[in-house]
Amino acid sequence: MVAAIVPFGVTAGVAGLDAGLGAALTLGMSLIVFAGASQLASIQLIDAGAAAPLVVLTALIINLRMLMYSAHLAPHFQHLGAGSRSLMAYILTDQAYALTISRVMTRGSDGFNHWFYFGVALPLWGVWQLATAFGYWAGTAMPPAWELGFIVPLIFLALLVMSISSRPGVIAALVAGSLSVLGRDLPAGLGLTLASLAGIIAGVMAEGRRRG
Amino acid sequence: MVDPLWWMVAAIGVGTFLWRGSFLVFGHGLQMPDLVRRGLSYVPPAVFAALVLPGLVQWQGDGSVDAPRLLAGAVAGLVAWKTRATLPTLILGMIALWSLRALLPA
Repeated sequence: MVAAIVPFGVTAGVAGLDAGLGAALTLGMSLIVFAGASQLASIQLIDAGAAAPLVVLTALIINLRMLMYSAHLAPHFQHLGAGSRSLMAYILTDQAYALTISRVMTRGSDGFNHWFYFGVALPLWGVWQLATAFGYWAGTAMPPAWELGFIVPLIFLALLVMSISSRPGVIAALVAGSLSVLGRDLPAGLGLTLASLAGIIAGVMAEGRRRG
Repeated sequence: MVDPLWWMVAAIGVGTFLWRGSFLVFGHGLQMPDLVRRGLSYVPPAVFAALVLPGLVQWQGDGSVDAPRLLAGAVAGLVAWKTRATLPTLILGMIALWSLRALLPA
C-alpha cells in the first residue's frame, strides 16, 4: 500500500510533463494539493482544456473523502495542539488514514497514535514529493510505445477495488462508472462530476432499500 | 503575470485543506447529519469508478472498442480484487496490456 505511492507519484510527474504544465506547477501541485488522485485527474482535465471552475470542482469532489477521514480521526487526537492537528490535516492521505484508524481500533488510545500517524504520513509526504520530481525529470526518457499512461486508470482501478466494501458500494460504482462513460462527450469534468454525484445518490438509496 | 493555473492549484489546495482539517482542526464537536455521513461513505467508490471507466473503455477510429485496453483493465481489476494491493495491479495490468497488444490483431 505504501510502496505503491512511488509509481503513483512518478506517474503524476510524467503526467505534468506530458500536459506541458512545467516543472514549477507540477511540483507546486504536489506541495500545495498533495492528493494524488485529484492531481492526476486535474492534470488530465487541464490537458483536455476543461474550464477552471470545473477542474477545481472535480478535484474537490475527488478529495471529499478526506472529510470523512478527518471526522473519523478527530476524536482520537483532541489532546494535540492546533498546530500539530493542522500539520496532521495537511499530510492526511488514504494510506495514513487507513493504517492509523486500524491501529486505533486494535490498540485504543495508548498515547502513541499521533507518533504512529506522523511516522506513516511524513515519509509518505517526502516520498511523494521526490517521486513526482523524478517522474517529471525522467518522463522524457519513456518511449510512448510503452503506453505508460495506462498506469493512470490502473491506479484509479486499484483505489476503486479497495474502496468497495459493500453491495451498495458496488451499485454506487456501477452507476457512476457507466454514466461517466456515457457522459464523456460533455465538457471535460462535467460528466465525471455528474456521474460521481449520481453514484453517491445510488449508493445511499441502495443502502436505504436494504435497511427498509 | 501569474499563470492562471496557479490560482486553480491554490483553490484546489485550500479546498482540500478545508476537507482535511474539517473535523481535525476546525470542529471536532460537530455532528454530521446521518444522510451526509452515509453519502460520504459512497464518495470513494463512485468517484474512482467515474475516473477509471472512461480510461478503460475507449473507442478507436473505426468505432470499435479498444479491446486490449478493456481486457487488460479486467485482468488488473481481478488482480486488485484478489491481492488488495496496488503494486501487483499496476505491474500485471501493464504486462497484460503489452501482451494483448502483441497478440491481438490491431
